[in-house]
Amino acid sequence: MASEPGGLTEYIQHHLTHLAPQVGKGGFWAVHLNLDSITVSLALGILFCVWFWSQARKATSGVPSKGQAFVEIVLEFVDGQVKDVFHGDRSFLGPLALTVFVWVFLMNAMDLLPVDLLPWITEKFGIGHFRAVPTADINMTFAMSVTVFLLIIVYSFKAKGFSGYMHELFTAPFGNHPALWIFNFLLNIVELVSKPVSLAMRLFGNMYAGELVFMLIAGLFSAGAGVAGWALYGAGIIGYTLWGIFHILIISIQAFIFMVLTIVYISMAQDHH
Amino acid sequence: MDFNATLIGEMIAFAILIWFCVQFIWPHLTKAIEERQVKIAEGLSAAERAHAELKDADAKVADEIRKARQQASEIIDKAQQQANGILDKARADAIVEINRLKAVAQDDIAAMAQQAREQLRERVGALAVQGASKIVQREVDASTHKALLDQLAAEV
Repeated sequence: MASEPGGLTEYIQHHLTHLAPQVGKGGFWAVHLNLDSITVSLALGILFCVWFWSQARKATSGVPSKGQAFVEIVLEFVDGQVKDVFHGDRSFLGPLALTVFVWVFLMNAMDLLPVDLLPWITEKFGIGHFRAVPTADINMTFAMSVTVFLLIIVYSFKAKGFSGYMHELFTAPFGNHPALWIFNFLLNIVELVSKPVSLAMRLFGNMYAGELVFMLIAGLFSAGAGVAGWALYGAGIIGYTLWGIFHILIISIQAFIFMVLTIVYISMAQDHH
Repeated sequence: MDFNATLIGEMIAFAILIWFCVQFIWPHLTKAIEERQVKIAEGLSAAERAHAELKDADAKVADEIRKARQQASEIIDKAQQQANGILDKARADAIVEINRLKAVAQDDIAAMAQQAREQLRERVGALAVQGASKIVQREVDASTHKALLDQLAAEV
């Protein structure tokens, strides 16, 4: 069913198109913004802030409310992960990991909304394209991983000083010999750059693929006619449910992996070779 | 891969979120959690202390009860001894009194018997005189024969 109008291919292509109006004038300053990713991610970020802040504001050391207890469980889980990997002052790395974990989880969780729900709503307001899962947008995942990358650089300089870090870049891992400097440096650059790339691509790939599978299953709902159509419709419901349940695991694991690798990379930046 | 300005915008948003969490969420929650940890630790140690104190108090109470029981049995023993003493003394007193009364009674009996004997002797003397006067048909002058009569009476 190549690309006849109204077919599955068009359905999926439509769903994979960002709401990306051009900002600024044409030519060099032609800048596109994925307004759908930005809107959803900001809304979820604000949700995270307001939710956790409202609990933190009235946090008591006495008997906690259920809301406070839940927030504390999340925090202690994250703090435990940070504590296992990173030995030092956690007053920055802890909140960073918490932000990453909760935010990524919330954004991934948008995948569990029916794949057509948000686009259907926005269509009523005349917005044709709307992708609900910000982490299935490569801009989103790279925004976070590049920020983590910058933090890795900052932490490396902070822990080792400029000369110390440069020394490490040129002398590790092969050894301090002028003939090896260039190889050391190249290897370190590859290692350094691979971190944000793998971090971003892993999350993006998982979420993008998950979204795609949801779309394919959703395609079953209108795939046939008559008895076969109804059978496919039932299969679609079952498939959608099963994949949704499995996806709960995926979104949690991806949020967890992103958080743990962030901690690991930053604590590695502090370690001396 | 279609990168666009979204990347920069999301990086800024991410930075702001991290800043917010560092500033307003993490410190409050960790503070509450750490304070509660201290409270719980204190509560547990207090409970342990109270437990030890309770054990001590139990031992003390048992000791006190044992002492009180001992004291009570001592008091009972003493009381019994005292009672026995009083009883013994009363018995001895009674025996003394009985003996005294018995002696007095015996004296009385002896005196009365003596008196009766005297009276009997006198009466016998008188009867003897009467009998004798009847036998001799004349008045025996009591005064002349007084010595004789008295001798007779003494012989009876």
